[in-house]
Amino acid sequence: MRVNGTVHPAPADPRRLLSDHLRHDLGLTGTHVGCEHGVCGCCTILLDGAPVRSCLMLAVQAEGHEVTTIEGLAAAGAPLHPVQQAFHECHGLQCGFCTPGFVMSVVGLLGQHPNPTTEQVDEGISGNLCRCTGYASIRRAVHRAAELSNK
Amino acid sequence: MTTRWFGARVQRVEDDRLLRGRGHFTDDIDEGALESCMVRSPYAHARITSIDVSAARALPGVKAVYVADDLPFGHTDLPILIPHPNLTHGRTQRCLASEVVRYAGEAVVFVVAESRYIAEDAADLVQVEYESLPVVITPEVAAAADHLVHDDVPGNVAAEMLQEVGDVKSALAAATHRKRLRLRFERGAACPMEGRAVWARWSETEHRLTVYDSTQSPTSIRGGLAVLFGLPESDVEVIAPDVGGGFGPKIMLFYPDELLVPFAAMQLGRPVKWTEDRQEHFTATNQERGQVHEVDVGFDDDGRVLALDDDFIHDGGAYTPYGIILPIISAAQVPGPYRVPNYRVRFRDMYTNAIPTSPYRGAGRPHACFVMERTLDAIAAELGLDRVEVRRRNLIATNQFPYEVGVVWQDGNQVIYDSGNYPALVERALEMLGPRPEGDHIGMGLSPYVEGTGVGPYEGAHVQVLVSGKVVAFTGIPNQGQAHATVWAQIVADQLGVEVSDVEVSSGDTRRFKWGVGTFASRSAIMAGNAMAVAAGMVAEKAKHIAAEHLEADPADLELAGGSVRVKGSPDRGIPLAAVAVLSNPMRYAFGGGTEAATQFAAKPRPGSPLPEGEQPGLEATGYFSPVGSAWAAGCHAAYVRVDPKTYRLEILKYVVVHDCGRLINPLVVEGQIEGGVAQGIGGAFYERLAYDSDGQLRNASFMEFLMPYATEIPKIEIDHIETPSPLNPLGIKGAGEAGVIPVGAVLAAAIEEALGVAITEMPLSPLKLYELFTSPPRGEVAPLA
Repeated sequence: MRVNGTVHPAPADPRRLLSDHLRHDLGLTGTHVGCEHGVCGCCTILLDGAPVRSCLMLAVQAEGHEVTTIEGLAAAGAPLHPVQQAFHECHGLQCGFCTPGFVMSVVGLLGQHPNPTTEQVDEGISGNLCRCTGYASIRRAVHRAAELSNK
Repeated sequence: MTTRWFGARVQRVEDDRLLRGRGHFTDDIDEGALESCMVRSPYAHARITSIDVSAARALPGVKAVYVADDLPFGHTDLPILIPHPNLTHGRTQRCLASEVVRYAGEAVVFVVAESRYIAEDAADLVQVEYESLPVVITPEVAAAADHLVHDDVPGNVAAEMLQEVGDVKSALAAATHRKRLRLRFERGAACPMEGRAVWARWSETEHRLTVYDSTQSPTSIRGGLAVLFGLPESDVEVIAPDVGGGFGPKIMLFYPDELLVPFAAMQLGRPVKWTEDRQEHFTATNQERGQVHEVDVGFDDDGRVLALDDDFIHDGGAYTPYGIILPIISAAQVPGPYRVPNYRVRFRDMYTNAIPTSPYRGAGRPHACFVMERTLDAIAAELGLDRVEVRRRNLIATNQFPYEVGVVWQDGNQVIYDSGNYPALVERALEMLGPRPEGDHIGMGLSPYVEGTGVGPYEGAHVQVLVSGKVVAFTGIPNQGQAHATVWAQIVADQLGVEVSDVEVSSGDTRRFKWGVGTFASRSAIMAGNAMAVAAGMVAEKAKHIAAEHLEADPADLELAGGSVRVKGSPDRGIPLAAVAVLSNPMRYAFGGGTEAATQFAAKPRPGSPLPEGEQPGLEATGYFSPVGSAWAAGCHAAYVRVDPKTYRLEILKYVVVHDCGRLINPLVVEGQIEGGVAQGIGGAFYERLAYDSDGQLRNASFMEFLMPYATEIPKIEIDHIETPSPLNPLGIKGAGEAGVIPVGAVLAAAIEEALGVAITEMPLSPLKLYELFTSPPRGEVAPLA
């Protein structure tokens, strides 16, 4: 599989979850695990550009696919990706644990709807749980991200 | 001190690494750590008859399988954190149960292996035989005492406490009107997105135990580990790195894993890690909020409360490691922002076969607020008065501060409200709420509240100006998302006249600051914030003193601004703070970074010794803050809701919050705290219910069935602030962390009651619960509103 542009071999253990493989084999610990049953969305990554739960996939299932994690959005030292920048500007994160999952979902959402309506924003982030923000600032961040992306 | 940064909407400085996925959470740490898991009791109450771990131990890749007998502390009861004379029957669990388990989820066996996968395979091979015992679930069942949770605790009563102000019996007897209510609040779960986690390493050569713990109190963990392992505290370092939300249960200590992981690391000579999974969070991490209140209130024709008698039982869970702080807080907070001239409150803390309870955001307050607000709504309904008007008539007036409630507070002192303006909160909330929306099945709820914040005993901070001119600031309390790195930087930057970006804050790391208590009870802004101001203020004074010598000026004529110490009114006559930091450390050997300026031939010779008696090298200081009492924040929430009469779906049409947490350090951060708190309150009031069955099994121990709200359930929340500074701390701050959650249940109960015309006497609600209430309303309780 290709992860953030680099080709990696699949793990030897066929039952290794993709989330565990990314975190503990490849050291990409920005992908977080909040429930391990596909509800919280913390482990959201992009698989061939579409948001998926990496805790619900086996790593071997990602063989032959393009995986993008939060670390793949902006190189170290480079400016933040517009979605990351928007979360910063709008106070869209507090503890930061759910944040990578939200950011990846929003990247996917804006890929589909570059100018999302209020309903599309709520729908687009309705697969991610946040316990800190109450979502208001995240909603603002999604709209701001659309603005920044369209500049 | 200028207040250039204090009060400003400064964007957070901690965001960048979190947004890039470069945060540092406990489970992110690997370093060749062994991984572990628990075998937990499937029974809520059972006697263990045998444990067989032989097959688990034989599995390749398994490094150790521990039962109680394998631990030197295996038969020692874990500590009671907050002993209290009324806690006459305090009981705590042991690290691993070996005789009786008292909640489903209690740890029995601890497995360490090369990977989590192998550890879980091994856990499946562990054979534990149980003989089930009768289960006591819910505080009412506990109070009936047909069965006991602990054989030696009669009546299941861990503690009983009675307090009285005035003469309740006489005042009730003399009151024109009297009303009795039974009000029930169920347990809730905090559910931070990051569960709990512990990573530990023992270095034999350095004789040092290093523990990373997703805890709200690393300093206390360190103290406890030092005692348990017989190490000097200087050999134990505990770090709470990035913590993915806390909300209370991470302040509890010790959970078994917090001892087992360091123990195994010391025994096995390898780092060991344990990471809670979500199911374990539901079955083994502390919960809160279960209480049943029996209220008897006496009032006059105008709706003024004359006497309130509240007798409540508190669901303590299977053990009482946290003491009786929760019911003490509830008892103290029931009167809220109202005058209650005669108040009697008795509670009994009941053992049940469920997870122990300890604070969860709000900590005893949401239920207390619910009790008082439901009572006032009942009074209004009884007298046919406007609900807001009844509140106005009972609010403590602005000229009554400091206001003594007459009951004891969680710090052992009396509850004394330091300052506030409660009528202004209510009026502003009404103004923001605006006119009632058109339509049927619409209801309005309004609830003011108070919150005792910033409980002591103290916190500290260390601030140092480096020779680069950058500033580092440390405090012992950890951060779980409250933007400590930003708000402490604002406070320090103001004191030192530098930019926020010049200040780097580190918190929750005992290597950098070893004293302190923890992040809980809406206390960090008050406690560590003021400690930061004290420490930075000391640094500023020292800087002036050193610079005065250099500038040949009077220290009183100097100010810190623009990164320099300079003469007031003559900004050109100054010395950069970096240079002052160099001069603060008289040296023999320069080490670069401009330090040659402080060597013996470069510096202007100072009369006498280079470091005069009483002075210390370095432009740094450690300061502490310890308040005389809690600062009482307050607020008022109000909402319009609509309930669908067919599906009982709740629609929150408008939700407004007026909040008074004294002086605001950073409105952006405070508003985030409020928005998050309200969302958690809405979840707790209408979506999240811990569905225990009579066998003590939690039937919905996953996010599939425990319905935490998504964005689709949380409305826009409109916020305004008023600022009544606290006289109890130099910065005038009051805490803000828990305020958002406190009155939500009370507000939604009132609004839904009005929308549907059914009496609401319990929390949480749900569409199903509303359907049940609508089709068979309870009798003899709150009369439905007209």
